[in-house]
Amino acid sequence: MPEASPRAAARTETVTRTLLVALCVSLVCSSFVASAAIVLKPRQVENAIEEMRRNILQVAGLWAPDADLDELFQSIEPRVVELETGAYVEGIDPEAYDPVEASKDPARSIEIPSELDVAKVGRRAKHALVYLVLRDGKLSKIILPISGYGLWSTLHGFLALEADANTVADITFYEHGETPGLGDFIVKPAWRELWRGKRAFDDSGSLALSVVKGRVADDDPLADYRVDGVSGATLTGNGVTNIIQYWLGEHGYGPFLAKLQAGAGS
Amino acid sequence: MSTDTKRALLKPIVDDNPVTLHVLGICSALAVTTSLLPSLYMCVALTVVAALSNAAVSAIRHILPSSIRIIVQMTIIASLVIVVDESLKAFAFETSRELSVFVGLIITNCIILGRTESFASKNPVGLSFLDGIGNGLGYSSILILVATTRELLGSGTLLGYTIFPNAADGGWYKPNGMMLLPPSAFFVIGLIIWAVRTWKVEQVEKPEFRIHEVHRTEVV
Repeated sequence: MPEASPRAAARTETVTRTLLVALCVSLVCSSFVASAAIVLKPRQVENAIEEMRRNILQVAGLWAPDADLDELFQSIEPRVVELETGAYVEGIDPEAYDPVEASKDPARSIEIPSELDVAKVGRRAKHALVYLVLRDGKLSKIILPISGYGLWSTLHGFLALEADANTVADITFYEHGETPGLGDFIVKPAWRELWRGKRAFDDSGSLALSVVKGRVADDDPLADYRVDGVSGATLTGNGVTNIIQYWLGEHGYGPFLAKLQAGAGS
Repeated sequence: MSTDTKRALLKPIVDDNPVTLHVLGICSALAVTTSLLPSLYMCVALTVVAALSNAAVSAIRHILPSSIRIIVQMTIIASLVIVVDESLKAFAFETSRELSVFVGLIITNCIILGRTESFASKNPVGLSFLDGIGNGLGYSSILILVATTRELLGSGTLLGYTIFPNAADGGWYKPNGMMLLPPSAFFVIGLIIWAVRTWKVEQVEKPEFRIHEVHRTEVV
């Protein structure tokens, strides 16, 4: 159909008109996006918390799709740990403590020295929130939040260790932005299965756990400490190794795990 | 239904399909079609964005200076896509995780900008809205076809329900792993385009897009 006569067209083309239209469109669009974001925020936060709890339960091996989340979560005890000493902190309420928020507060966080910061975490909170899985009142698993840089994105997840604070029970990442169909192997059940029973520390107590490039050879003497990577996604695998190196190391949960190991031994 | 509305709504489904005829929107058609459920969400998301962006662009077509029309269209499309993405995160959390960046990438889906620029900027609001729906359905029909093929042959399931019992679980079907990899979507889409053009070969209609028409006849 015939549209806009030449005169009308000429009128829409002035500079003022152009600026005005641009301004109006931007205003309408931004308020539209902003109000949608505000309205949807509570639901998204709720989803995120639920997802976090589901991840904790999954990594603890307690997850059942039909069971009530709150009920399942009762056997899990959140504890605040001072990373430097590895001791439990009693003065902070684990329910209310948010390590992510704390890591942004200069008073409650520290800058990780760059030579130690293999996982490019930047700053971390002085206190970490760990989850203890209790079975019949006894410690059965330890769930440690881990994070760090993969290839494209910061990965956030959990590592579950058995009560000996050495044997890996499971690993999960609840947030990542790795390449779909390639780097996202880190969330695949088959890959997570490979971690089960691996050991973090060797007999001399040094950290040996890592993701290798490609497959772990059957006759590899360090097979107990090594997990298959995925070819084509080596850098994501390296990222996971770095995360393990940092978080299980001396600057991460090292002191805490050493305390648990000593306790388990005695 | 008048001929105009019928054309706007139904033509993009087979005769003027954005994927098979114009070969647009291929990127997401490759990426999200490994299983049917995320594909369905993707179809809905794209259809909503296509319809609303078409309507919005059409509504301001008389006051929109042509020097900034593309960027204004992009702004509208981007806003809609962000809202759709945020809504999925709020109401379909699991699927939105599976779709990851591909909902956001609707912004760059050529079908949307193609329709706002070539149709909505020249036609009334109602008709443009229907054109958006029509093109969304055209895209959806291909996506659903590809996703059904890939999930069925790749995993032996549909929407997660077992259709072909898996050999690994004691059934008879050995899944074709290639179907889960991106290249298979190329093959499936290629086969669909071939089939449609074999069926519709005499239907090389006199269209709005002269340039494409000439180009396509050469190819055919």
